[in-house]
Amino acid sequence: MIYEIFRQERKGQPFHHAGSLEAANHDFAEQYAKEFYGRRGESEALWVVPREAIIEVDEFVDELNRNYHRVDGYSLKEKLRRARERVGSALVARDR
Amino acid sequence: MNESEARSLLEIADDELFLGWRDSEWTGIAPLLEEDVAFSSIAQNEIGHARALYELVAREQGITADELAFDRAPEEYRCARLVELRLLDWEKTIARHYLYEQADAARLEQLKQSDDAEIAGLAAKIDREEAYHRIHAQMWFDRLKDEPRFTAALDELRPLLDAGRDEHSPELAELWDEMTMVRRSQPAGTAW
Repeated sequence: MIYEIFRQERKGQPFHHAGSLEAANHDFAEQYAKEFYGRRGESEALWVVPREAIIEVDEFVDELNRNYHRVDGYSLKEKLRRARERVGSALVARDR
Repeated sequence: MNESEARSLLEIADDELFLGWRDSEWTGIAPLLEEDVAFSSIAQNEIGHARALYELVAREQGITADELAFDRAPEEYRCARLVELRLLDWEKTIARHYLYEQADAARLEQLKQSDDAEIAGLAAKIDREEAYHRIHAQMWFDRLKDEPRFTAALDELRPLLDAGRDEHSPELAELWDEMTMVRRSQPAGTAW
């Protein structure tokens, strides 16, 4: 069985994926994880997770192309440029 | 440290040195990578224990740990028959590991009660590491306990635990030869 190992470097920090290993059962996985990711004092704690327990989501449907939901879908750059132009021309008009 | 204490420390040290060496023969060829790392780490621990025990005895005798570990003749070693053997089957290796860890636990428990604080302290320190070896051995035992090859290996090897420490198999001399080769090839007085 394949296990995914997550490692916390210091208390309070988030767990990061450290790697994966093969083991016959949970007990072996726990011991092997200690051996691979814990015996040099490099981890505060480990999460040992059977790969099959992980729910992977990798499809993000956007049929109607509602790009305003996305952080990259709503570009301010062009709007800012035009706004600056308007302000600039307004200033020029006032000064005249 | 009296003579009988020195003698039993030397028995344990020899056991750990030979077993550590034999176990390390699996490095690179254990059944799976994960086990390779775990078992190699155990082998390394055992040799570390041997070193600490040799140092304690060597100091009493006014010599060095290396002299005690490598400069005796093969017949002078006090290890159990069980640890000398070159075992080429994993189930036998695990059977030996399990049998040894059980016997070692009982022995260390006694040593931890020693009136000599240094001996008791070292035994406690070693035992804290051996606790992980016992977990490892127990996991394998639980996994293999219904396998006929494994139970046969246990039956075959168990008598060698208490087969005495005066007589050795030819495999001890072979291992001794390998283990001391580098040291013997150096001219006398070489510092390590």
